[in-house]
Amino acid sequence: MNFDLTDEQRLLQDSVNRFGREHYDFPAWRARVDRSEGFDRGLWARMAELGWLTLTVPEDQGGYGGTPVDTMVVMEGMGRALMLEPYVGCGVIAPALLPHLASGGRETLMTEIMAGEAVLSLADAEPGSRYDLATVETRAERRGGGFVLTGEKRHALDGAEADWFVVPARTAGGPRDIHGVSLFLVPRTAPGLTVQGMRAMDHRRNAALTMDGVVVGADALIGPADEGYPLLRHAVDLAIVARLAEALGAMEAAYEQTLAYLKTRRQFGQVIGGFQALQHRAVDMAIACEEARSMTYLATLSLDAEPAERSRAIAAAKVRVGQTSLYVARQAVQLHGGIGFSDELAIGHYLKRLTMIDMAFGNAAHHRALYAAQAA
Amino acid sequence: MDLALDPADLAFRDEVRAFFAKNTPESFKPRVRAGMRLEPHEFVAWQKLLHARGWGAPSWPKEYGGTGWTPTQLFIFETEAARADAPVQYHQGLELIGPIIFTFGDAEQKARYLPAILSSDDWWCQGYSEPNAGSDLASLTTRAVRDGDHYVVSGQKMWTSYAQVANRMFCLVRTDPDARKQAGISLLLLDMDMPGVSIRPIVTMDEIHHTNEVFLDNVRVPVANLIGEEGKGWSYGKVLLDRERGVTAATTLRLSQQVRGARAAATAARTAAGRLIDDPATAERLAQLEIEVTALEMMVMRTMAEAASGQDSGPRASMIKVRWSELLQEVTEFWVEALGYGAAAFAPLAEVDGGGEPWPMLGMLYSRVTSIYGGANEIQRNIIARRALGL
Repeated sequence: MNFDLTDEQRLLQDSVNRFGREHYDFPAWRARVDRSEGFDRGLWARMAELGWLTLTVPEDQGGYGGTPVDTMVVMEGMGRALMLEPYVGCGVIAPALLPHLASGGRETLMTEIMAGEAVLSLADAEPGSRYDLATVETRAERRGGGFVLTGEKRHALDGAEADWFVVPARTAGGPRDIHGVSLFLVPRTAPGLTVQGMRAMDHRRNAALTMDGVVVGADALIGPADEGYPLLRHAVDLAIVARLAEALGAMEAAYEQTLAYLKTRRQFGQVIGGFQALQHRAVDMAIACEEARSMTYLATLSLDAEPAERSRAIAAAKVRVGQTSLYVARQAVQLHGGIGFSDELAIGHYLKRLTMIDMAFGNAAHHRALYAAQAA
Repeated sequence: MDLALDPADLAFRDEVRAFFAKNTPESFKPRVRAGMRLEPHEFVAWQKLLHARGWGAPSWPKEYGGTGWTPTQLFIFETEAARADAPVQYHQGLELIGPIIFTFGDAEQKARYLPAILSSDDWWCQGYSEPNAGSDLASLTTRAVRDGDHYVVSGQKMWTSYAQVANRMFCLVRTDPDARKQAGISLLLLDMDMPGVSIRPIVTMDEIHHTNEVFLDNVRVPVANLIGEEGKGWSYGKVLLDRERGVTAATTLRLSQQVRGARAAATAARTAAGRLIDDPATAERLAQLEIEVTALEMMVMRTMAEAASGQDSGPRASMIKVRWSELLQEVTEFWVEALGYGAAAFAPLAEVDGGGEPWPMLGMLYSRVTSIYGGANEIQRNIIARRALGL
């Protein structure tokens, strides 16, 4: 029972936070999103050089051999600075899935991703699936030695910037069957693939995919045919937990900025932090941050627990971090008053990011229903 | 970072688990599960049992008869007690005055009082609140006037729990009416059979006689019963702040019992459509409570791990107290609602009538005081805002 970071993790934390301060001060961030340039390829290459993208890649494959706690440290810093880079796809999902790629090209692709040269995105949702991972209606029909993919994906995080997509498609079974789901690696340039980019309110550039007879070889298969669901579940669990840490960093930053504002903003001849109604609100925000940190730890440290315990912990954490982070972000806007509603302060952008994180891979209501079903 | 216990702690867990399995009286369990206090004689019997095992004071240092356990061991002990529906130890001697005596008391006071706390031969009550000194405790007016080798104490104490069974009282009194509020306060130890001490019961909304008014009418208390120095009584409470993590942990870990009881009730309850727990709105409300309890238990684990490695937990113990009381209220409210008419029978009208077992209802009523005592939640938030947030 221990919640301390190792010395190496502390160094990593310092490095991420320093990187955030140097490159993501809010005016610079604003200027970047105003130019509509998406994420910064130069900074992304720097992150790769710093080794962030290979934290959980085994050492014999050129990585750092780290744990989900390392990912947590990076994601917390990324949330704090509202970073826009596609870390979840490249630093979390790619290392979890690509080692299971059938083709011999996996090392080359991993090398490109680890170097920040290629971007990978998971297309996890369909028009009819809402947040259920096993609901897959995209079809992959065997033809020749390979597969032909047809269907729609509604949401791929950072998909507008991606060079590669992981596409779950059905090779057997009914539309909600966890058996019969296979995972495919699809290049953005594949004929028949339409990538419809869209900007989310948090300035991430996501995408919807339409596949109309996209032909891939058997070597595009990730994991076993028909039984890709456990791999997908694993990768998404890692991604959920990573985004919980991102939410934690964002909400704590919003809380800290609000606390600082309460100590400087003067009305009625005094700092507004002297008013008891606002003091108590600030305390409730502080408690919310503590709850979220505790649940982020629980989920991160439960990733290697047995399946029932792991899914219970992740669902519980997704619920509570979603609720507490949105509470903090909304109160941060409220306590800033009119200026909190403006686009010129980071506060509103934290609310936007946290709203998108809550939505990602199922919101609090979705995961609470999962938790309840599992507990019954 | 990891959640796992090391082998020595796992062995300790097994030992504690076996002890509770063997020794927890069945008759205690339904009331303990509902968050109720036991009868005083039951508290005494339980304390004597633990003391005989050498576990009378889990949080005290060894030199005073405590176990000297690590924070991790304390966490395990309390987790296992909750799991077994074993009672909470009565805290006023063990946690409120004992640590002040072994930190600030003189050798004679330690020798005289500490062993009897461990053995439960003494029952201590707390003379702090007064009719006009509740949340604003430092405005207390009970006077202690020096007269030779005695203080003559006069005043009225309020909300003195278990004064009716206590033989001793630790009491905050004003020894210097001219000093600044907190500075004129001293800590005195009284015997309840001293002439001039009288009590009047206060029955609370759960129809139980937990608490009392205590009237002090020219009670002559030997000067030897002063703890530490005159005028420093207020500051001695600070030692309790350092221990707060352990106390709130022990209390908070009990929430798992109320959650367990509530889930069992919702699972057993039948509606026209089947089990109540299969109603999605009910299941999700319970899920929400369980998730919030999980978050709080993780906060407790973090504070205990920090205590184990000598780190500060900032205001987290106060935060936990606030959240614990809020959740205890919500969980017991849910439990009573889940029971439906099953919670309606509060007491029999005669020996032959059905009275049911009103424990969840009593627990729900009792829970209302948990956000008031020990510093109301509003006061807790004031304190956190001032001390931790710097507002």
